[in-house]
This record gives sequence, C-alpha cells and structure tokens, in this order.
Amino acid sequence: MANPLYRKHIISIPDFSREELELVVEPAARLKASPRADLLQDRLIATCFFEPSTRTRLSFETAVQRLGGNVIGFSDAASTSTKKGETLADTVRIISSYTDAIVMRHPKEGAARVASEFSAVPIINGGDGANQHPSQTLLDLFTLRETQGRLDNLTVAFVGDLKYGRTVHSLAQALSLFGAKFYFVGPEALAMPDYLCEELDERGISYTIAATIEEVIPHIDILYMTRVQRERFDEAEYKKIQGQFVLRADMLRNARPNMKILHPLPRVDEITPDVDSTPHAYYFEQAKNGVFARQALLSLVLNETV
Amino acid sequence: MSEKVYARNVEALKNGTVIDHIPAGMGLRILHLFKLTEYGERVTVGLNLSSGHMGAKDLIKVENLVLSEEQANELALLAPKCTVSVIEDFEVVRKQKLAIPEEVTGIFSCANSNCVSHVEPVKSHFRVRVTEHDTKMKCKYCEKVFSKDIVVGNR
Ligand SMILES: [Zn+2]
Repeated sequence: MANPLYRKHIISIPDFSREELELVVEPAARLKASPRADLLQDRLIATCFFEPSTRTRLSFETAVQRLGGNVIGFSDAASTSTKKGETLADTVRIISSYTDAIVMRHPKEGAARVASEFSAVPIINGGDGANQHPSQTLLDLFTLRETQGRLDNLTVAFVGDLKYGRTVHSLAQALSLFGAKFYFVGPEALAMPDYLCEELDERGISYTIAATIEEVIPHIDILYMTRVQRERFDEAEYKKIQGQFVLRADMLRNARPNMKILHPLPRVDEITPDVDSTPHAYYFEQAKNGVFARQALLSLVLNETV
Repeated sequence: MSEKVYARNVEALKNGTVIDHIPAGMGLRILHLFKLTEYGERVTVGLNLSSGHMGAKDLIKVENLVLSEEQANELALLAPKCTVSVIEDFEVVRKQKLAIPEEVTGIFSCANSNCVSHVEPVKSHFRVRVTEHDTKMKCKYCEKVFSKDIVVGNR
C-alpha cells in the first residue's frame, strides 16, 4: 500500500494528521543516519522561487541532489514570464508538464494552494507570503524527536515575535496534536493571535503567558527563540522592550539537562554568542536537519514506499 | 394582516421573490453581490422604508426568480434577519429558510489584500464557523480567519 503522502501536495501544516507528521519524522532520522543516493533517481524536481530565499532553496536543492534527483528552476521571479503578466496558474500548468514535483516559494499568501489546483504533479510549499512554510515545521518536529526521543507531551516555550512568526504558529498547531504544553514569552504587542489561542483552547492544550525567559527555563524541554524585529515598533516602544527577550548563557543555569534551544535562523542579537557553546544550543544542527526533513518529504511524495 | 394582504401591500408581484427586512443601507449591496439585475427580470427596490421594529429597512422584489438554497444561505451571512418570501399568483406560498452555510464560494472577496485569490483565476472560498461570540470565515487560500462582518463588508 502506498504511503499516505504519495503524490500529495504539501501545502499547509493544518492539512496534516498526527500520523502523517510522524510519517515524515521517521525517514528523516533514517536518512540522517544512512544516506540514500537512489530515492529520487531519474526524477526531475522544479524549484520555482517567485521570491528569493537562498537558504530554503539551497536546502531543497541539496535534498534533491543528495537523493540522486535533478533540479531545474529559478531563484527570482524577475527572470520569468510572471513579470510579463502570466498568471501563476498558467506558469504552474506548464512547469508541471516538465517535472515530477514542484517546490515553490511565492510572495502571495495562498499561492501554493492555487498552484496545487492547476498542477499535474505534487506541489511542495516552500513559503507563501506570511502564511505557511510546512517543511520548516517538519524539520522542527524532526529536531524535537531527535533531541527528546518523542513528540508527545513536550513542554515548549516560544519567545519573541509570536504575532507574525509563522514558524511559531505552525509548530504550535502541529504540536497541539501531540498534547504539548506551551509558554509564550514576548512583547504584548506581538502576542499570539486570538484565532490560534482559540484553536489551542479547543484542543485542550494548556498555555501560559510568561513575562521573562528566566522564569520558564526550569520548566521546559524546548526553548524556541525568534527575532523581534525592530521595524514592528516605534523608537520609544522598542527601547522599552529592547534586551528583554534576549537569551544569554548565564540564564541557562536552571535548565533541564535535556533542554534544547531552537531558532529558525537567521539570528541577529536575540541569542548571544556565548550560548552557542552550551550543551543546550541546537539551532545549527536544526538548520542542518532541514536537508534531512526535506529529503524525507520528497522521498515520501515521490515514492510509494520509502 | 393576512399573508395575502401583506403581499399585495409590498408589491403587486405575480410570481417571484420578496426580500424584506433588509437593514437600511444594505439593499443595493445585496442587489449588486447577487447580481439580481442581471437576470433580465423586473426588479423593484425600496430604500429607507419605515418599519415598525427596525426603524428603517430596505426591500427588494424580483419577478420570476426564486433564490437557490445556496443564495439564501449566502444572504444569511449578510443579513441574517431578512425574510425571503416566494410569491406565486400574488400570494406568499412559502418563506425561504436562511441558514448560515458551512462553505461559501465566489461571492465575497478575501479581506487580505495580499491573498493570491485576488489575482489568480480562482473563486474565493471560505469555510464558515459559528462560535459563541462571532461567526468566523477562513479563506481557503491565504488561510486567514476573519470575523464574518469584515468579509461581507458590514463594517
Ligand atoms: Zn485569502
């Protein structure tokens, strides 16, 4: 029997069941332990970046090539017919007739969903505006499993921009299927959106809003840091919150031994460099895991069994 | 007032539909959204009519047209308290039920200006969820959730 993600579009984390999320995490671990150069042999994958994102594109292209597949595509819409006014629907219809799958990033929210309605091959969303970036969530889940040995009943603190941070929203949604417990730490103006809190309430997930990073450190398995962007505040407001949501090594004294710090990167100054050498820092390994999670995802979408 | 006399009062409409008790100011919007003038049938519109309990109301009559169940449900999102009467041979033969739909396609546009549905050849599509305090609409494309009134343009 084909795996449930075979030939499926990968658009949005709320589309996934708990079982499907677990399904990706398993092969990611296997592929990290023992590479396979045959899973995408003779497959051609398009990477269509209507908006540049070097990090995400390179991670996907590395994943394809490590599995023995080939890549075509573009890294910026400036060089495509989109500039001449072609609809995304038409662009996707054409490219899907050349390739076995399309990985795409687009500045408009909902672009990947639209593409999936016109594509003959699976669409993998590599980011649609401020909406979804499911492979980021999958790599986060893989990293949680890798560091904690499980996905069930983890206690996770999210720090920083909880309002606009789509990685935070998607990971919270995904973990809510596994009975997690959350702490939210961030400026009031960047609090978790109401609709998400309501979703968590409906699923019976408990969350606590905390004022400082220090007070949550002893209670958590994962500290998920994000950047508070200066542009979101006026000068006076920013001065007030500046430095409040920054993690330094001396704050980690009461951390559990298993506690790991994650960050979707790039980091600017919200984690000071002295944290990097602590046993809790895991954000660089997390970025590396992105390639394995994407390998797992592509393998499952393009092979009946993995 | 009997149904028969009532129907005569609002209009000498032989066959068709009367949408009554529309909040004042919303009549033209309903006319436009449901493209009621595009059927080639006679349409009569009353604006700012006096109404006992509502103060002022709008009213629309369309000849030879009966709203589909889908349209009636879409109307429930815009003006849940309006009444839709089906007229046959000058008499009200039934009142159409307005039930909030689970999904609504094509009629309202997404309130997110960066939503791809505004520029691609797709119909808008919302999933509707009635909560304790509010009715929410979630766009299938950008996945943003809005209060119903924001999407249908009531505020
Ligand atoms: Zn939308």
